[in-house]
Amino acid sequence: MNKSNRCDCNQPVATTPANRPVNWSRTLLLGAGLLVTWGLVYWQLEPFARWLTTSVFGLSLESSLGSAVAFFIYDTPKVLLLLTLIVFGVGVLRSFFTASRTRTILAGKREFVGNILAGLLGIVTPFCSCSAVPLFIGFVTAGVPLGVTFSFLIAAPMINEVAVVLLLGLFGWQVAALYVGTGLMIAILAGWVIGRLRMERHVEAWVYQAQMGESQEERLTWPGRIRFGWNSVREIVGKVWPYVLVGIAVGAAIHGWVPQDFMASIMGKAAWWSVPVAVLIGIPMYSNAAGIIPIVQALLEKGAALGTTLAFMMAVIGLSLPETIILRRVLKPRLIAVFIGVVGFGILLVGYLFNLVM
Amino acid sequence: MKTVQVFGPGCARCKQTEQLVRIALKDLELEAEVVKVSDYQAMAAAGVMATPAVAIDGAIKASGRIPTLAEIKGWLKE
Repeated sequence: MNKSNRCDCNQPVATTPANRPVNWSRTLLLGAGLLVTWGLVYWQLEPFARWLTTSVFGLSLESSLGSAVAFFIYDTPKVLLLLTLIVFGVGVLRSFFTASRTRTILAGKREFVGNILAGLLGIVTPFCSCSAVPLFIGFVTAGVPLGVTFSFLIAAPMINEVAVVLLLGLFGWQVAALYVGTGLMIAILAGWVIGRLRMERHVEAWVYQAQMGESQEERLTWPGRIRFGWNSVREIVGKVWPYVLVGIAVGAAIHGWVPQDFMASIMGKAAWWSVPVAVLIGIPMYSNAAGIIPIVQALLEKGAALGTTLAFMMAVIGLSLPETIILRRVLKPRLIAVFIGVVGFGILLVGYLFNLVM
Repeated sequence: MKTVQVFGPGCARCKQTEQLVRIALKDLELEAEVVKVSDYQAMAAAGVMATPAVAIDGAIKASGRIPTLAEIKGWLKE
């Protein structure tokens, strides 16, 4: 089994604790200045893209090439700017949450309330699918109910800031909000169902016998948190920008050339079987949020139904084969099957729900 | 002689951490026993919930992140 490399992490590489005293007024001024610059650049992007396309390149916005070029020039900096700002903000937010603090909050919580909390904490706690097993052991031995632990493990990879930013930048806040809301719902309910099924004996026996040592926590100061945010930006944006570029280029090409409603017949609302097929194809596929966006972009733009597309995206990034293989170390096959089944079913429902109401 | 433990199931970030520890030791011309811990029970016993983690003489110094070279050197010099 190849256990290496394939992990999706949202923890920055290094967070050097800064011991130097901070000049607060300077820091705040600098922060405010950067934010204003960000805003000015962001609001000027669209006119700039139009100007560059029409006046400099001499292309008409009505032509295929012109609309593709304008789309690319506008969307690339827009998405990268959004990504930088939000990844930074989420990075700073994440510095307040550690796996052990989250465990303390969740230990001994009642089901349902615990599931809701676990889903929410799954979004903000730094998580790496490679350390899913130590985290699982830590949670379960500290008395976090099994279903609550699953709510956390489902929410953590599925709802991540890269997915949210890309949806926000390319499809608007409504789609982003839908994704977060329904993803959270799946995490809460699937965890709750797994808890109700009383599957504790399908956890490998040694897990409950493991002696969990005292976890030590690092204390972060504010400069440390800002650095944490900045390191997140460097690492995450540094890693995903090529995907974003390719994604937007694909999107731009489709925008310009592929006929409208190209996908409608196969992935439109009328094709009822498209949702289960999208989920079944999505589960074994493995990609990070940035890699899947070009496909999502292509599908939505050309008439695929929103529910079908969201279901596909959730199946790809929420249920990943590598993570399931890693979890096999602590879960017996039946529990793995139930986990995939319950989450897959939740995704299916979300797909149908949106196709129905949108 | 110090014992440096690097906790991780064998992911890329854990290997990177181990490499950094070795570089730090070489730079400081220190001898230490570097132990790679990939057994989950041993990780649990040490209280590690997020990998990679680094412990020096049994005390966890960092968890869930790759420490910087300067940081590791600082711990080794303690």
